[in-house]
Amino acid sequence: MKTLKIEDLSKNFGSTEVLRKINLEIDEGNFLVLLGPSGCGKSTLLNIIAGLETINEGNVFIDDYNVSKVEPKDRNIAMVFQSYALYPSMNVRENMIFGLKQAKTSKEKIEQQLEKVSKFLQVDQLLERKPSQLSGGQRQRVAIGRALVREPRIFLFDEPLSNLDAKLRVEMRREIKKLHQQLKTTVVYVTHDQTEAMSLGTRIAIMNHGVIQQNDTPENIYNRPSNTFVADFIGSPSMNLIKGSLKESSGEISFTASGSNFEIPVKGYEFKDKSNLNNKEVFFGIRPEHIYFKKSNESDFEINLRADLSEYIGHEQIMTFDYANQEILAKFPSTIKIELAKETKLYFDLTQISLFDAQTEERI
Amino acid sequence: MQDNIKSSYQQLEQKSKYTNVFLRWFLYFVLILFASYFIFPLYVMVVTSLKTMEEIRQGTLLSWPSGLNFESWAVAWGGRGYGAGDTFLRPYFWNSIKMVVPAVFFSTFIGAMTGYVLTKWRFKGDSWVFLFLLFGCFIPFQAILLPMARTLGVLGISNSIIGLVLVHTVYGIPFTTLFFRNYYVSVPTELVKAARIDGAGFFKIFFKILLPISAPIIVVTVIWQFTQIWNDFLFGSTFSFGEAAPIQVALNNMVLSSTSVKEYNVDMASAIIAGVPTLIVYVLAGKYFIRGLTSGAVKG
Repeated sequence: MKTLKIEDLSKNFGSTEVLRKINLEIDEGNFLVLLGPSGCGKSTLLNIIAGLETINEGNVFIDDYNVSKVEPKDRNIAMVFQSYALYPSMNVRENMIFGLKQAKTSKEKIEQQLEKVSKFLQVDQLLERKPSQLSGGQRQRVAIGRALVREPRIFLFDEPLSNLDAKLRVEMRREIKKLHQQLKTTVVYVTHDQTEAMSLGTRIAIMNHGVIQQNDTPENIYNRPSNTFVADFIGSPSMNLIKGSLKESSGEISFTASGSNFEIPVKGYEFKDKSNLNNKEVFFGIRPEHIYFKKSNESDFEINLRADLSEYIGHEQIMTFDYANQEILAKFPSTIKIELAKETKLYFDLTQISLFDAQTEERI
Repeated sequence: MQDNIKSSYQQLEQKSKYTNVFLRWFLYFVLILFASYFIFPLYVMVVTSLKTMEEIRQGTLLSWPSGLNFESWAVAWGGRGYGAGDTFLRPYFWNSIKMVVPAVFFSTFIGAMTGYVLTKWRFKGDSWVFLFLLFGCFIPFQAILLPMARTLGVLGISNSIIGLVLVHTVYGIPFTTLFFRNYYVSVPTELVKAARIDGAGFFKIFFKILLPISAPIIVVTVIWQFTQIWNDFLFGSTFSFGEAAPIQVALNNMVLSSTSVKEYNVDMASAIIAGVPTLIVYVLAGKYFIRGLTSGAVKG
């Protein structure tokens, strides 16, 4: 049984297609993060799961029951919003129990739930306050509390941290993580922040233009991006994509960047399909953190590149190198001194590379 | 050299001090001038209403009354006590109250409801509906006189207070809708979504969540509608006469149709009585208006 299943879901607003043939499954207790740039349809997808938006095509199942035509309140879900959406005229207590009262829950049960949740979230001292008298973090807690008291099957979070300042955001992120570890409820969480996605999710679905680009564990998203969009979107600075072609001679496959004749052997790379690789136009992907200043593995590949630019950011520095007129970024500890406009000896970690078809932009 | 610079700074400081003092006095002078210009008509009205006819004939417009003589006020409100031809304001004042209270209530309520739907329950073509409603704000009063008279006739409520309530409600809806729509646009729609997930329906969301935070805009709308309807003369004089007339029509009849001597003191007292309710609404509601704005209750 899947806690949440989305089947061939499509959605359009007028002639604009927002979601295209979305398929998604979540197992009980998982934390799924929908990640993507703004306008990719992730919030719309969340609203559809909540029942706040109608569906044009496809179905949504919760616990194998088709809820596509079920009212939001009957879907056994709870949602936390970006603006918290606390009812301004009600105090914290009324805000938290509003849903239970609508559902005609018994007084004792309401009180019991309220006490449990408000203690748990440490808002039991704030029950008589109005939302306008709370700080950002407290509002966030109350908003989560309002969702918790309903004991839902699925929690939906719509960018809940983006209204908080940087320090509080990190704190609340940890709290949400703890919360999930304790309660083990299924969560669907929308964000455009990759750090949030990486640190919270047990699975991440990366979306762009209404299509899920990759739905995988955070490790696989980072290490084995399924196309150039994912490769480019995740990581800061993002993955270097070097344009070039593959060459196959006597069973050895190597990569040559366009405009150069320097060959990089890629024999260790796990190709999905080993046929027709000769002369294939590809992007050679390597993350800035996988370019080393010192050789650390036997398989590291030595290469000489000219340093063009240095960006110092405290604990590390980002260097820009020139590789056959293509820019390559690398990340080093800031203790290393590299002279600009000079050839520097660097090492590519070839166990960490990704190769993409230049036409389809898919991983090969 | 040092002393030179110092003394030149002192000179400049002195100079700017004089300039500031002069400008300040000039500012007060202009403000007082304008203030008296505005208060002048009210002064003349109040003073004249407290004089006897004898005093009015002998004194000047600005002269102070001999004492607090409220007789003309009593005449304006309650008449002289003889039968036919004696027009006084009391019954028409109550006519106006009976007209203005329901008309303000219904137009405000319907405006709030329409604004709520147009912002929080968007539907296909809703912006067209709003556009057409906006047109209503630009239709001149005169343009709807004939069709409205016909409508009231068909409904059988011409020359009645109910008829006037209907006219003012209908004519007010575009304005009240505009006010509420613009207010509710700034209220996050996430509130409505949260309430829907919590299980609240269309009316519950309106009454429990949106209406309690609408105090500032309700006050604005009430002030606007009350002033419009209370001060209206055209609809009142067109769609009602005699017994059912509102106060502005009665005031006009009183001042224009007196056959004998012009009683300026009674006319002035009547005019003030007819204007006082709007003043009261401004004074009372204006305070709530400021309070509503400063409480910052809207932002979730």
